[in-house]
Amino acid sequence: MSSDLINRRAAKPHTSMFLRMLMRAAVLRRGRAASALLAMVVAAAVATAMLNLYVDVQAKLRKEFRNYGANIVVVANDGQALPADALSKVQSAIAGHGFAVPFAYIVARTSDGQPVVVAGTDLDQVRKLDSWWSVTAWPNASQDALVGTRAAAVVSPQGKPFDLSFQQRPIHLISAGILRTGASEDSRIYLSLQDFESWTGVQPSTIEIATAGSSEEIDSLIQKLSQSLPAAEVRPIRQIMEGEARVLGKTRATLAAAAALIIATAALCVLSTLIGWVFDRRRDFAIMKALGASEGLISGFFAAEAAALGAVGALVGFGIGVGVAAWIGRVNFHAPVVPRFNVLPVIFVGSIAVALISAVLPIFLLRRVQPAMILRGE
Amino acid sequence: MFGRLVYESFRRQKRRKLLAGVAITLGVGVATAMIAVATDIGDKISRELRTYGANLIVTPQEDTLDVQIGGVDFKPPSDGAYLNEADLPKIKGMFWRNNIVGFAPMLPVSVSANDANAKDLTLLGTYFSKRLQFGKEYFTTGVRVTHPWWKVQGAWPDDNSSDVLLGESLAAKLGRKAGDEITIAGQAHRVAGILSTGGAEDNQIVAPLALAQQILGKPGAVRRLYVSALTKPEDALARRNPKSMNPEMFDRWYCSPYVASIAYQLQEAIPHSHAEQIRQIAQNEGTVLSRIKGLMLLVTLAALFASALAVSAAMATAIFERRTEVGLMKALGAGNISVAALFFAEALLLALIGGVLGFAGGALLARQIGRSIFDSQITIEPVLFPVILAIAVIVTFAGSAMAIRRAVKFDPVYALRGEA
Repeated sequence: MSSDLINRRAAKPHTSMFLRMLMRAAVLRRGRAASALLAMVVAAAVATAMLNLYVDVQAKLRKEFRNYGANIVVVANDGQALPADALSKVQSAIAGHGFAVPFAYIVARTSDGQPVVVAGTDLDQVRKLDSWWSVTAWPNASQDALVGTRAAAVVSPQGKPFDLSFQQRPIHLISAGILRTGASEDSRIYLSLQDFESWTGVQPSTIEIATAGSSEEIDSLIQKLSQSLPAAEVRPIRQIMEGEARVLGKTRATLAAAAALIIATAALCVLSTLIGWVFDRRRDFAIMKALGASEGLISGFFAAEAAALGAVGALVGFGIGVGVAAWIGRVNFHAPVVPRFNVLPVIFVGSIAVALISAVLPIFLLRRVQPAMILRGE
Repeated sequence: MFGRLVYESFRRQKRRKLLAGVAITLGVGVATAMIAVATDIGDKISRELRTYGANLIVTPQEDTLDVQIGGVDFKPPSDGAYLNEADLPKIKGMFWRNNIVGFAPMLPVSVSANDANAKDLTLLGTYFSKRLQFGKEYFTTGVRVTHPWWKVQGAWPDDNSSDVLLGESLAAKLGRKAGDEITIAGQAHRVAGILSTGGAEDNQIVAPLALAQQILGKPGAVRRLYVSALTKPEDALARRNPKSMNPEMFDRWYCSPYVASIAYQLQEAIPHSHAEQIRQIAQNEGTVLSRIKGLMLLVTLAALFASALAVSAAMATAIFERRTEVGLMKALGAGNISVAALFFAEALLLALIGGVLGFAGGALLARQIGRSIFDSQITIEPVLFPVILAIAVIVTFAGSAMAIRRAVKFDPVYALRGEA
């Protein structure tokens, strides 16, 4: 060794041999180290994306399921009206997570004495709540009515204005649009709540609520509402709730199975790459052993190397995986999947564990072999 | 000589070949299972979506207006037109009969019970789980299929008996429980069970259809018919008006299970009827279905990517370990092409063996997923087999190509001296 090099060495701050070996191993065998790191990153990214999706898909699908409309209904007891502050109480209970739409109903008579159900509601809110309603034109002026297709055949077959009366109080209405749902709404006439109340003086008797949440959240909301509204019956719409729970459960189970398969494959990929990488370096192992390194030190060296690889791979992979999950969310649900940072420790620990297993396994196999045999190339 | 080389390579390097083979088998297995699940998930979820209940309703053509608020009728239910019960089995003769999951007729009638708490009651006649015959074919249908969220405490009544179900609110009001008797329209009936639906039926009596017809005095009368059908999500063709289509387009529309074309066929099957989609159920099905299908498609892509990577990594490692061998072959005069050919032949053999085993394993896995999650078989299209095999070969080749190129380029002198 030239004196120049010795001087340089002495001038440098003292770094431990162990760290130097780690660094040199990574730098000298760039190609192999890079491919091992790549495998690690891809596996961590795929695992992150799957776990993120699995956690977030419930919220995403719940939002889709809210297109089915209300899942809770508040009905005043015995056909009476709800208290005037019922709607504001409901709205404060759901606290912006959903819609609450009031409905008032009466049976009116047409000009030739036929009974027909007229409903008063907040039409702007209904439009959001019941997105499946097929409407030719939404009313926007006073005296405009939204007429169910079967009711239209009775009250205004040619779409002309028509008259209704309720308890000797007449009203003149314009048929602004035709409503088609295939259910009981087809036989009704819908008015804005202001028109309805000034005509009939009847207050809303029903509030339909659509809120997204787990079944426990919805149960607790129902309890809260029943306590604050003792004069009304608050009940879940079972048809909607049960269908949703079932489809959601099956989807999540399928996704969990897929996630398990994909993560297992990714882990396998890392395992085979890393085992190959460590096995390939059996000469380093033999030289270290021949130079008198203890088995503990060698195992520690390879383990530290693998752990470092796992840690770096997990961090980079997490970033990429979050991006992939966000992309899937945007493509499929038109809303990005929110990064879940509670997934990170799982990915981190999992990556390091897989890396450690794949480093220690070949070491364990090599331990029994004499260093001379490896160095002779056998 | 070439065959001998390949054969000996497999015979002598069992461990390495096994590792690579296992990687390919697992990769192909996961890919097969995911593709099978993803192709079948639409069908499975659309069956699960039927738990939302009927998506079609059939009413008499000259039906009068419903005057109903919250399930309470404000009109004598006896007026209006009816469907004929005898026409119902004809539904099973429709073009899309296999897509009809079930149907349930409804006939509401006003009755009075011998109780001061409930004078005017609605009795709803329907099928619970009725055995019907069309031609030589027997099938069962009723609310237990079309309204799966209806829960009964006690027992479901037999469709041929005169037992009834009491809605839970009504039962509480009347103080009746399962097994008690109730007098309806002057006759005593046994209460088979207490019904809970979360809807208007909680305040009604639900009875076999024949009993409702007998009380009404109109045998064979049906007011409404709920039909639960498996449908295809709407697309551009489905939104067109069938009346403005040319004959060829109409045939295509008629032969697609759109909710509108099934409604059209229901109208054909049942005389003097009007069939309409229940938009709340029918319209939303399509969006939910396409979201779940899209999700599974993207996840399948991720699975294919992960398994391709696993296979490539295993192949690259296997070839990288054999540089000394390459050096020896080249020192003995083998050309680059023959060395590469040897490796590709080995890769092909591994891919085929791994592909076949992986396909079988993946099919089993898909079946297991189908059985444990959806309680039904996931069908595997036979056409998937050659596709999977081709993918396995391509991925194995692609994964080996880089490693083979590097192995072939490696100077034999260094390889033989062991200076890798």
